[in-house]
Amino acid sequence: MSDAIDFLAGHRGEVLQRGLEHVRISGISLVLALAVALPVALWLAHTGRGGVLAINASNIGRALPSLAIIALVFSLPGFGLSQNTAIIALVLLGIPPILTNAYVGVRGVDRDVVEAARGMGMRGTQILRGVELPLAAPVIMAGVRTGAVQIVATATLGALVGAGGLGVFIIDAIALQDTGRLIAGAVLVALLAIVTDVGFGALERAVTPAGLAVTQHRERTRRRGAGRGRGDQVLAGQARRSGAA
Amino acid sequence: MTLLRQAAGSVAPSIDWAWIGRHTDDMVARVIKHLIFTGIAVGLGFAISLALSLLIVRYRWTYGPITGVAGLLYTIPSLALFGLLIPITGLTVTTAEIALVSYTLLILIRNTVAGLDGVPAEVRDAALGMGFSPIQLLLKVDLPLALPVIVAGLRVATVTTIGLVTVTALIGMDNLGSFITDGLQRLFVTPLLVGAVLSIALAVAADLTLLGVERLIAPWTRATREAR
Repeated sequence: MSDAIDFLAGHRGEVLQRGLEHVRISGISLVLALAVALPVALWLAHTGRGGVLAINASNIGRALPSLAIIALVFSLPGFGLSQNTAIIALVLLGIPPILTNAYVGVRGVDRDVVEAARGMGMRGTQILRGVELPLAAPVIMAGVRTGAVQIVATATLGALVGAGGLGVFIIDAIALQDTGRLIAGAVLVALLAIVTDVGFGALERAVTPAGLAVTQHRERTRRRGAGRGRGDQVLAGQARRSGAA
Repeated sequence: MTLLRQAAGSVAPSIDWAWIGRHTDDMVARVIKHLIFTGIAVGLGFAISLALSLLIVRYRWTYGPITGVAGLLYTIPSLALFGLLIPITGLTVTTAEIALVSYTLLILIRNTVAGLDGVPAEVRDAALGMGFSPIQLLLKVDLPLALPVIVAGLRVATVTTIGLVTVTALIGMDNLGSFITDGLQRLFVTPLLVGAVLSIALAVAADLTLLGVERLIAPWTRATREAR
């Protein structure tokens, strides 16, 4: 442990640079994944099309080994050893949980509420923005959280394709058999993933409409008494993160 | 589509088919090693998860702490977890398996507890009324009825583990991931693609096989298949 502290003390500049690289690659990837997944999911959910695809996206995503995806992107012409290789792979891995949760979230909005909104004269986009999105926000954010943690975790492997990031310390340390560097790198990566998870968890709570939080709490306590049913478990599975990388 | 075809067209010539021909034995051996690695991790993970799940069902207050720790382990990226373990257990199978097992816990515990919670109280009461002992109740009532949800968890855990085993190649383990690390080190696309394609195929095959098992033991879930 003292080796790790020595390493951190002696390499402050490099640690900062690798940390920023990691955050930057992850951030770009998350934004791109959101830009692809959210519009598709919202459109599918709003129109009620492509449900099977959207619901199974996260299953398919989980079946894709992260290292294999990086390798596949690496082998495409024009990629190879570059940050773009890592970013494209991270986007591909980030899309499925975001897509599935956004779809499930919007579809899970009480149809009566949507009907009521329509009865009040709201139009398609108004219903989406004023009713469906706010009510679905917690589930959507849970998917974003899963995707973000997945991306930050997998960005560690970006070091293999020359994308930099905190994974560089770990990969180098294994080759150099440098314990201080290894522990320092591992702790930094773990902390970044945990901070991401906790941060997006807080965001998830922040976007939960006040009224919804009350009903959810009530339903949860009621269900606990009755024994948890299948549907509850499904949502629990979807709402929580998927896949360490 | 044309872009995809172009991409495929420009990758295809760079594939060294002769290399693939020379390494079919390697591929078979590494698929088997990959499966053994996965099997050990999921097997051990399930044994631990079952014990913890029974504890949770008995003492409900333990649910939060146990899933909290399992969730924390789950959040730590695999390469970082290997890094934290290597100073203790070295570049060994033990290191790899400890990390792999720890990733199965959250998924397996959550599903096993959900499965056990789903057993109707009336059925348990009836069994107790018939004079079942606690062990009989567990083996003949609770576990069989919880099985579909437990298998759904095993399916997710297995597929996730297959993906993570690939990463253990980075700490010197020999499996399908080794093709990828070889390829990256030598900037040689053929083994890279072989490793990537085989590990994805293995994950998909495992997923479909366990889905089949799931449906076989619980045909009624087909209509409302959403378990994950």
